[in-house]
Amino acid sequence: MIDKDTPVNDLTIGGNIYEAGNSLKFKTGDWRSTTPKYISENCKQCGLCFPVCPDDAIPVGKDQKRGDFNYDYCKGCGVCAKVCPFKAIVME
Amino acid sequence: MSIRERLSGNEAAAIAMKQINPDVVAAFPITPSTEIPQYFSTFVSNGQVDTEFVAVESEHSAMSACIGAQSAGARAMTATSANGLSLMWEMIYIASSLRLPIVMSLVNRAVSGPLNIHNDHSDAMGVRDAGWIMLFSENNQEAYDNLLMAHRIAEHKDVLLPLMVCQDGFITSHSIENIELLEDDKVKQFVGKYKPEHYLLNDKEPIAVGPLDLQAYLFEHKYQQAEAMRNAKKVILEVSKDFEKLTGRKYSFFEEYKMDDAELVVVCMNSTAGTTKAVVDDLRNKGVKAGLLKIRVFRPFPAEEVANALSNAKAIAVLDKADSLNGVGGALFEDVVSGMYVNNKNVPIVNYVYGIGGRDTTTKEISSVYSDLQKIVDTGNIDNPYRYLGLRK
Repeated sequence: MIDKDTPVNDLTIGGNIYEAGNSLKFKTGDWRSTTPKYISENCKQCGLCFPVCPDDAIPVGKDQKRGDFNYDYCKGCGVCAKVCPFKAIVME
Repeated sequence: MSIRERLSGNEAAAIAMKQINPDVVAAFPITPSTEIPQYFSTFVSNGQVDTEFVAVESEHSAMSACIGAQSAGARAMTATSANGLSLMWEMIYIASSLRLPIVMSLVNRAVSGPLNIHNDHSDAMGVRDAGWIMLFSENNQEAYDNLLMAHRIAEHKDVLLPLMVCQDGFITSHSIENIELLEDDKVKQFVGKYKPEHYLLNDKEPIAVGPLDLQAYLFEHKYQQAEAMRNAKKVILEVSKDFEKLTGRKYSFFEEYKMDDAELVVVCMNSTAGTTKAVVDDLRNKGVKAGLLKIRVFRPFPAEEVANALSNAKAIAVLDKADSLNGVGGALFEDVVSGMYVNNKNVPIVNYVYGIGGRDTTTKEISSVYSDLQKIVDTGNIDNPYRYLGLRK
């Protein structure tokens, strides 16, 4: 595991990362300036929002139903709010 | 038995690339390097190489394609000049910071403007701090030989840096001279196969290349680049020794021409070294102890070795074929001077900016530099160390 205390000779060259799935470790939620709010009573579970999320920040259960936002990764881009036909997502 | 040929510098570079047979060549035509990808694309069309030739829409894309290819695990090469290199600027730094051993032929030309397509070294000097190994070549033979050594140096595990082989535009690139080529199989054996440890197309090891590198990391990654550049010195000497065993042609950080007892010394790079050798021979016949130090390895700069080689001179002139426009002197001059100072070698030293924009530099002019050096020795006065050679006044 490389972190901010790793000595120079133990770092990989060019900052290369030799393992997959590491973007989970980089929480980008604090980049957000506007926040989507999920209004579940308006949601028809139509499934339009989660495929457009660039950050996989809308969790979908085994029952194919979406849950509340994962704010660790949501950057607040608002694409989900734009595609929602039912006013189930509002940007605040 | 090597093959005797007569080739231009561009032909020599293209033939070296044919014999190296890289996986990818991405290039965009620009004078005076255009012929290199032009000849090479003929080799591709004729099936003489297996290379994927990418005819890109700009030099920025040429370097980007080389970066993509080399990251993927391929051996990538390109060629350019002057403003083409300027357009690559952003990607030049990316290539070295991602530690991709891409090899480029840089056919030196003045960076406009005003618009000029002829030879000087302003293109190379513009990227001297970009983290590329830079080899300079006096003639077509050296341009060829440097390219054959390039991958062995750049791809070495202690180095992993991109490398550019410089030759003078038109003067070398378009002049036909005798050359000794190696047989294809000997080149193949010498250069060897490219076996990167980590690469994007390795399905056994998914990797990320070029991630965000903020305050906690960039400093250390730059140190690693600097360390790789320092390591390159040893590797360059090792590879040059192997090349000498194969060809009998001796290479080091620089060539010392009649330096053993030299008192008046000129330091320069590329084709001007040939002109200077003729002047040194002439002066030696007249009993003048003239010498030449021709820099081959400009990055990493062999400061200590240069300082030692110059330590017994009585006066030194460094010739810069690019003006740094900094009020102090050219880039080679500054490197030589700082190398001398740090290594406690105190010899009177002056700088001449010369040959800008393809201005011819004659033996008569080089001869005048040695006369100036003699004057410095006789009088002990330098007056102005920042001088011009061949400028109309």
